[in-house]
Amino acid sequence: MTSIPTDTGVTAPTPAVEPGAAVLRHRPLVRITHWLNAVFLAGMIASGLQIYAAYAHIGYHGDTFNVPNPFDGSRLAIPGPVKLGGWLAGGLRWHFTLAWPFVLTGVAYVLFLLFSGEWRALLFRPRDIPGAWQMTRYYLRLRPDHPPQGKHNPLQRSAYTFALVLAVIAILTGFAIAKPIQLSFLTTLFGGYEWARYWHFVTVWTFTAFIVAHVVMVFVADPASLRAIITGRYRGRFASHE
Amino acid sequence: MSDSPRIIARRDFLRIAAPALPIALAACGWDGGKHLQPVFDKVIAANNKLGEGLLSLRHGRAYEQQIARGEMPSYFISKPAMPILADPSAWHLEVGGMVQKPTQFTPPMLAALPHLGYTVTHHCVEGWSVVKSWHGVPFTTIAALVEPLPAAQYVQFDSFDDGYMNGWDIASAMHPQTMLADAFEGKPITAEHGAPLRLYSPIKLGYKLTKYLTRVTFTDKKPGGYWEDQGYPWFGGL
Repeated sequence: MTSIPTDTGVTAPTPAVEPGAAVLRHRPLVRITHWLNAVFLAGMIASGLQIYAAYAHIGYHGDTFNVPNPFDGSRLAIPGPVKLGGWLAGGLRWHFTLAWPFVLTGVAYVLFLLFSGEWRALLFRPRDIPGAWQMTRYYLRLRPDHPPQGKHNPLQRSAYTFALVLAVIAILTGFAIAKPIQLSFLTTLFGGYEWARYWHFVTVWTFTAFIVAHVVMVFVADPASLRAIITGRYRGRFASHE
Repeated sequence: MSDSPRIIARRDFLRIAAPALPIALAACGWDGGKHLQPVFDKVIAANNKLGEGLLSLRHGRAYEQQIARGEMPSYFISKPAMPILADPSAWHLEVGGMVQKPTQFTPPMLAALPHLGYTVTHHCVEGWSVVKSWHGVPFTTIAALVEPLPAAQYVQFDSFDDGYMNGWDIASAMHPQTMLADAFEGKPITAEHGAPLRLYSPIKLGYKLTKYLTRVTFTDKKPGGYWEDQGYPWFGGL
């Protein structure tokens, strides 16, 4: 395999596949869990907003905490169309049902990452720091050419790693506020019931921001990746697998 | 050419359907319909079992003493006014069902029983909490006096608040912090909070804590509940 020098002096492998030829990028389990996760997460967020709307404040009743919360009920109400369930009990039934397939899908995906070795292409590691800096320079237009990359560039790896961590926090804070006595060690870990509820709520907005950025980047940076996550085959400009 | 029309059609369908599905469901405040409602029922029933399992695994786990925080709001079902006894002297608590010794407890009898007190977090299903203090007779004390039969796996709590009632699993009722409360924040309980006597326990959500008690029935048949029958989780444990 030949190498081309980059302006940092780091050499990167040239694409192993001819441009235009399709490479198998995502295996079926990844594609299935990705789209199941999209549906379950959307349902979790929508039913969660229905539940939140029943008491749209953070803190004790009559003693609201002074924390950043643009969606405090006295400022901005959650609009009806993004809520799922119709009323609090309906939202709870959706939330406490979807929670299980959401968790199971995540566990299946993480196990696949571990046992297939795919985690090497996905997770951000310390060695990605120089590459992340080069990608940042590219986005800031401090370097004209896109740094060579494999399946994912270092900034993508940082975003996907962050999303996995976020999912773990969402699940743990969820259990912490559902069972603050029987699982009190979790509730205590997040600073008690009120704070665990706050962090659970913060994960919603962080997830929402991630999803928006994720979808925008698909269309702006690499539209071919949309086909890859549906059919598995990729024929875009970052054809190398590693 | 691998980009056959079939693949394009599938891609376009998924591209539209995947994001549109949850949005369409959310837009109508959908409760799941006749196909998903039974699925919800099954999963929520399993959640209830899991809650009972957690309780038995960590039996006796209790909230520690805390400092009072927040304002306790008042909820009742009766309309338009909160339920108040017309003749307080005629009130008594009937404890019966599957027990050896059915008993009518009068206010002086209840007052003479040993009391329990604590300051704990109260959780509402809406998501808010307060920290308040409660005093009352431990439920285990009442149970010891009436001697429930081993077959009694549930307890039904009835009230004079327009048919409001709750059904409990026996393990939650026998939790050391479950009480029949007659004092709130160091004073005799007021009508806003369920006078003359209410069920209290920090291990259950607020809607499980029957106020304005009239009757406690030990039973082997799972009782429903005012909110539980409308779709709220039956176990309601924390």
